[in-house]
Amino acid sequence: MRERRIAVKTLLASGAIQFPDVGCERLDHMATTSTLRLARAPRLSSHSDRVRTWHVVIDGVDVGSIPNQRTLEFSVEPGEHRLRVRSTPYLCSPEVVFEAAAGKETRFICHPRSLSPLIVTRWLVWLLISLVRHDLWIELKPDNSNASDAGVTRVATPASSSHGEPDADATPSSPPGAFAGLRVVTSSMAPVRPGTNSTSALVVNNLTKRFGERTAFSDVSFEVGYGEVFGFLGPNGAGKTTTVRTLGTLIAPTSGSATVAGIPLSLENGVEIRQRIAIMPESPGLYLRLTVTENLEYFAGLYGQRDAKLRIGQALEAVNLSDRALDLCGGLSKGLRQRVGFARTLLSDPAILFLDEPTSGLDPVASLEVHNLIIGLRERGVTIFLTTHRLDEAEKLCDRVAFLNTTLRTVGRTADLRDQLFKRSLVVKTLAPITDPDQLFARVPAVEDWRSDGPSSYVLTVSDPEAAAPDVTRNLVNDGADVLFIGESQHSLEDVYLELIDDDVEFRQP
Amino acid sequence: MTRLDATRIRAVVRKELLDYRRKRSIVVSMVLLPILFLVEPVVSIFVANPVESTSALDNFVVLPLLYMLLIAVIMPSTLAAFTVVGERDQGTLEPLLTTPLREQEFIVGKAAAVVIPSVILSYLVYGLFLGAVALFARARMANAVFHNGPTLLALFLFAPLVTGWSVVVGMAVSVRASEVRVAQQLGTLASLPIVGVVLLLAIGVIHPTFLIAIEFAVGLLLIDVVTLRAVSRMFDRERLVTGTKATRR
Repeated sequence: MRERRIAVKTLLASGAIQFPDVGCERLDHMATTSTLRLARAPRLSSHSDRVRTWHVVIDGVDVGSIPNQRTLEFSVEPGEHRLRVRSTPYLCSPEVVFEAAAGKETRFICHPRSLSPLIVTRWLVWLLISLVRHDLWIELKPDNSNASDAGVTRVATPASSSHGEPDADATPSSPPGAFAGLRVVTSSMAPVRPGTNSTSALVVNNLTKRFGERTAFSDVSFEVGYGEVFGFLGPNGAGKTTTVRTLGTLIAPTSGSATVAGIPLSLENGVEIRQRIAIMPESPGLYLRLTVTENLEYFAGLYGQRDAKLRIGQALEAVNLSDRALDLCGGLSKGLRQRVGFARTLLSDPAILFLDEPTSGLDPVASLEVHNLIIGLRERGVTIFLTTHRLDEAEKLCDRVAFLNTTLRTVGRTADLRDQLFKRSLVVKTLAPITDPDQLFARVPAVEDWRSDGPSSYVLTVSDPEAAAPDVTRNLVNDGADVLFIGESQHSLEDVYLELIDDDVEFRQP
Repeated sequence: MTRLDATRIRAVVRKELLDYRRKRSIVVSMVLLPILFLVEPVVSIFVANPVESTSALDNFVVLPLLYMLLIAVIMPSTLAAFTVVGERDQGTLEPLLTTPLREQEFIVGKAAAVVIPSVILSYLVYGLFLGAVALFARARMANAVFHNGPTLLALFLFAPLVTGWSVVVGMAVSVRASEVRVAQQLGTLASLPIVGVVLLLAIGVIHPTFLIAIEFAVGLLLIDVVTLRAVSRMFDRERLVTGTKATRR
């Protein structure tokens, strides 16, 4: 089974933290596989977030880890399966047996067992109990909170370590041990506090940062959804890095508010926020006298992770650096150091990953590797906040982009921004210059305006390029022009960027 | 009061010790300084006059103490001065500050990583001296060393405390300094008051008694704790990252 699990990996997708298998594989199996949805809730009596990542064991195989307040979705083949959640190799939940039906979803919820009746000496009592019953540490039970949902398989609460009742719709049992895949589907269990929007990974309202008289950024507002890759563009000195540092609680905003991974931005919440995010600064900042593994071990320790070796292995695999694990960082190229920096951000399984100009100073090959890493993370639903001034990078990687030049100029999808800023147009190229273009284009009703873009190249402003193109072609041919090319003009993100920055320059001119 | 996370502090200590081991200059200074300070007292065991005067015996007892305390003061001051400004210089501070590590955990971890090897080395040097005395010294000299309770008490109490002083002052300088070299020079200067007290002990201006040893120890402990807390407050993430003092809302 493990071989099968490994077999469905791709090089990039396979090793990322908590996502050992590929999402697309899961899609292929949707019709024939069943879904196991496992949510991890915090202890009800406590809001503390001392995160120890738990391990999910299906049919005796450790299939990944589940951080606090997250929900994972596994694809399993129909049939009977055994599920257990482990805090340590010893302390765990009881083993629950459930029946997975094809095309159906089975939901479980796990949380630390409530200790409230034993407040005074609870840890001592629990430690003693643990010596005898190590499977009482975590409570694992069916999640029937959405029992009416279509496609949800109800699982009877099993007696301790006994088999649950199979669902009426369940297909006949197949041999156990048919784990097919795993992906994060939601962070819906992230703490919801008054005034916060739990569907957004990042909510920024009128955020401003001033250093004395100098304004780094002013009145910035935007939202980033979970699983979105959000590009933050702007020229040097626009305030991009300061924004990242502010959202990462490294510096305090002067005014405004924000919610980061469901937690209000404040100095008091700094540790809690930093526990849920990862920031990769422009320079990876590695300890050059330490090896790759030693660097990662250090940061795993800072995130309080107890399963560091497993996570480091997965992170290195994700960035394709397993074979350099024992190399001193001082001996690595800049591109490889950047990859180590990436691996470091993956260690904590962040809800939001802030990447501050991750390809700055890298050669094209190393940049491409970084792009592939980002694409791999995007495919797994990791929320990424990418600051860059490389527009090709933003266009390639981002779902939405924002332009910052001290103030936020615009936010949106690249295509929408193009449509907002530029009228649609046709580009016409002919072998020789047209004798009287004014007269020719005036005959075509769809053409609103035109301008020359070279000796025999013309840009026609039209409302509907597809409708206008045949008409324009006919008129050109009728006038004896040799048409080399006719097509819709494509504005790049660079055009959008330059247009916005030009506006700023004009605005600032006296 | 903020609860400190032992896992994170351990991670800082482990990484610092690993980093020291890989830095040749630190290893060399950690080895050479104790050897230099051990040679003179051990040699004096063999070359001492059989009929020593009382003052010569006093020197024989106090000088190794002085050396041991000097190890505890000098060595950590340069290491401590590197802790924050060094991280900033090599570009590792910002990634570190993006983790859940609290200021206090950072300070405590860094301080512990300096204090532990320094104190161990101090004790080791004095332990070797005691061993040499027990094996090779004349009975009168051995008697003077081993039957000097206040000195031994002062030794065991003062070594970690003067190291603590040296470290917290070095870190205070490191938090505020703009570059490593300045921090190391200022850190060494700041440890001079303690060196002065050690000298007063050595030249007999202060005669250690049990009471004086304990009073000094309590005083040093208080100063160390207060200074450590002050260093934690001086640790301003914003200033360290941007070079500008934080503006609180």
